[in-house]
Amino acid sequence: MYVAVKGGEKAIEASHRLLEEARRGDPSVPEVSTRQIAEQLGLAVDRVMAEGSLYDRELAALAIKQAQGDLIEAVFLLRAYRTTLPRLGNSEPVDTARMAIRRRISATFKDIPGGQVLGPTYDYTHRLLDFRLAGEGGSGGKAAAPVERADVPAGEPMPRVADLLGHEGLIEEEAAPDAAGAPPTDITREPLRFPAGRDARLQTLARGDEGFLLALGYSSQRGFSNNHPFAGEIRYGTVAVEVVPEELGFAVEIGEIEVTEVQMVNQFMGSAGAPPQFTRGYGLVFGHQERKAMSMALVDRALRAAELDEAAVSPAQDEEFVLYHSDNVEASGFVQHLKLPHYVDFQSELELLRKLRAEFEAPPAEAAE
Amino acid sequence: MAGSGTSAGPDAARPAEDGYNFAYLDEQTKRMIRRAILKAVAIPGYQVPFGSREMPLPFGWGTGGIQVTASIIGRDDTLKVIDQGADDTVNAVSIRKFFARTAGVATTERTEDATILQTRHRIPETRLAAGQILVYQVPIPEPLRWLEPREAETRKMHALEEYGVMHVRLYEDIARFGHIATSYDYPVRVNGRYLMRPSPIPKFDNPKMDRSPALQLFGAGREKRIYAIPPHTGVRSLDFDDHPFEVQKWEDVCALCGSGGSFLDEIVTDDRGGRMFVCSDTDYCGRRREAGHTGPAAPDPEGSGA
Repeated sequence: MYVAVKGGEKAIEASHRLLEEARRGDPSVPEVSTRQIAEQLGLAVDRVMAEGSLYDRELAALAIKQAQGDLIEAVFLLRAYRTTLPRLGNSEPVDTARMAIRRRISATFKDIPGGQVLGPTYDYTHRLLDFRLAGEGGSGGKAAAPVERADVPAGEPMPRVADLLGHEGLIEEEAAPDAAGAPPTDITREPLRFPAGRDARLQTLARGDEGFLLALGYSSQRGFSNNHPFAGEIRYGTVAVEVVPEELGFAVEIGEIEVTEVQMVNQFMGSAGAPPQFTRGYGLVFGHQERKAMSMALVDRALRAAELDEAAVSPAQDEEFVLYHSDNVEASGFVQHLKLPHYVDFQSELELLRKLRAEFEAPPAEAAE
Repeated sequence: MAGSGTSAGPDAARPAEDGYNFAYLDEQTKRMIRRAILKAVAIPGYQVPFGSREMPLPFGWGTGGIQVTASIIGRDDTLKVIDQGADDTVNAVSIRKFFARTAGVATTERTEDATILQTRHRIPETRLAAGQILVYQVPIPEPLRWLEPREAETRKMHALEEYGVMHVRLYEDIARFGHIATSYDYPVRVNGRYLMRPSPIPKFDNPKMDRSPALQLFGAGREKRIYAIPPHTGVRSLDFDDHPFEVQKWEDVCALCGSGGSFLDEIVTDDRGGRMFVCSDTDYCGRRREAGHTGPAAPDPEGSGA
C-alpha cells in the first residue's frame, strides 16, 4: 500500500540536528575556536575570503568551523552573508608598488631593485610528515626563537618587475583605466555580459574556484594554448586600503589587507599592428595564495587571445567557457541540485522511453517520412 | 491536516527574522529585480538579465524563483510553494519555511487561496485565476542552449528571430521516431515572438500557460535571467501541421482519487514490477478525496487498513 511521503519538515529538522552532532564530533575532544582556525589554518581562511569575496578573517574562520572544514561550503556561507551587507562606498585602487613585502620573488631576473625576499613558503620544504606536530602541544607549542627577517625597507616603494621591462619598451604598456571614464563593472551587482571586459574577467577570476583555475592554467602550459609564461614577479604582503570620504575630499586609510600579486610575462610574436614584445597576465588574490594567483595570471593571459589576434582554440582561451564555469558556489549548487526530486521530468521520460521501445519492437505500419 | 487549510498560525503572528529585511532582500535589490520583472512583462518571453544575488539557499535550488517572490511579496500575500506538484517535498517545505521565517507571511497548500504560487517543474491542476502570480524556478532559461552553448550567439539568434534550428531539431525527432520525442521542457513561442523555455514542466502542462488569467514570472538565479508571460498572452507549443502538439496520456487513473485528467507520478511498490499511479499535484488529489472521489487503491476511509 502506498504511503504518502509526508513529514518532510520533521526530516529536515532531524537532519539539522544530526549535522550539529557530526560537526561537533567526539564531545570528549576539545572544541576548536574560530580564533584557532584564523591563526593556525590561515591559508584555508585566505582561500575562503578570496572565493567568498569578503575580507574578514573572523567570519571566514567561523564559516570554516560551521562547514566542518568544507571550504566550498564555507565560501558559500560567506557569500550569502556578504550579499546582505550595505555598500558604503568604493575604495581607491590599492597601490601594490607600496606593498609592505613579506615575500617577493622574480623568476626572470637574478637580482632586482629591492631584492628577492623568500619569506614564508612551502616551496623548498621537504614534504616529510612532521610527527612532532602530531602530539598534543607538540613543537608548535613553544614559540621558537624569532626568525631574523630580511631587511625590507618599509614604506619605500618597491618597483614591480614588469615595470622595469617597460622602460625599454619590451613589454606592452599597461593602460590605466580612464579615471574619468565609466566606473569598472561590478560582477556582484550586474550579470556577466559577453564579450566581457578585462575588469569583469579579473573580478570573476579573483573569486573563481582555485582548482578550476589551476587546471585551466595547467592546460595552457601543456599545449592547450601556449603562452610561454615566465613568473615575472610574485609578491605577497600588506597593502593599505584607502577611501575618499565625500566630505573630506582626500584619501584616508581605513585598514590594511594581505594580498598576493602575480605578474606573468609572456612571449608574443607580434601581430599586424603590434611589434614583437612581452605581454602580461595578471593575478591578484586576497591573502597568501600563490597557486591561485599564478593560475589566475595564466588564465587572464590566455583569455586575451581575441585582443591579441591569437587563434582561440583551447578551453582556457574561451571566455564564456571559463567565466561562466569558474564560480564554485554556482557550480556546486547546480551539480548538487540533481539531488532534488525530478519525479515529474523522469516520469515524462519514462513514458516517452516506453513508447519508443514499443515502437522499436513493433514499428508502426506507416513509416515516417 | 490532509493537505488543506491556510496556515496563518504562529508564522504570521511573528515578526520576520531579526536582523534581516522583510523577505530577506534589501529594498534596493528588490527594486532592481522589480524593474527587471516590469521589463520582462513588457516584452513577453524575452530573457532580461538581472543582478542576481547569492541567497542563503544554493544556486540550482530555486534562487531565481525565491528572488522574484521576495521582490513581489507583501505582508498580505498568501504563499504556496510546490516542487514536482507537491507541497510536502523537502525543498518546497524548505522554501515555504524560508518565507514564513523572513517575511512572516501566511502560507497555504490550497491553490485557489494563494496569491503567489512558487513552483518547480509543475503547473497546478486547479485552474489559476486573475490576480494570482505563478513564479517558476528555472534552471536553464535559454531554449536554444542545447543547440548553441554560447550566450553571445543565442542572444543574436533571439534578436534575429532565428529559430529554424529548433524546428530542425523537432523535425529530426519525427524523421527518426515518427513523432516529436520531447516530453518536458517543450519549447514554446510567446505572443508570436520569443522562443521560450517553460522551465522543465512536462509538456502536459504547456496548454495551461496559454492565455492564463494569472501572471507567470520565471526566475533563473544562477543564470541571472528573468522572463514573464503577462496574463491572457498567447503561448504556442512548437509543432508542425501534420504533427500537431499533443500532451501525455495515461492508461491508468490516479490510484488514490481516481482522476483521469491529471499528471500522474509512478510509484514503485515492490521489486517485482508492482507499481501504481498517483496525482503529482498533492493538493488537487487530497481535495478530490475529501470530496469523496476514490481511486482503485484508495485506503479504507476508516483507516482500518487494507
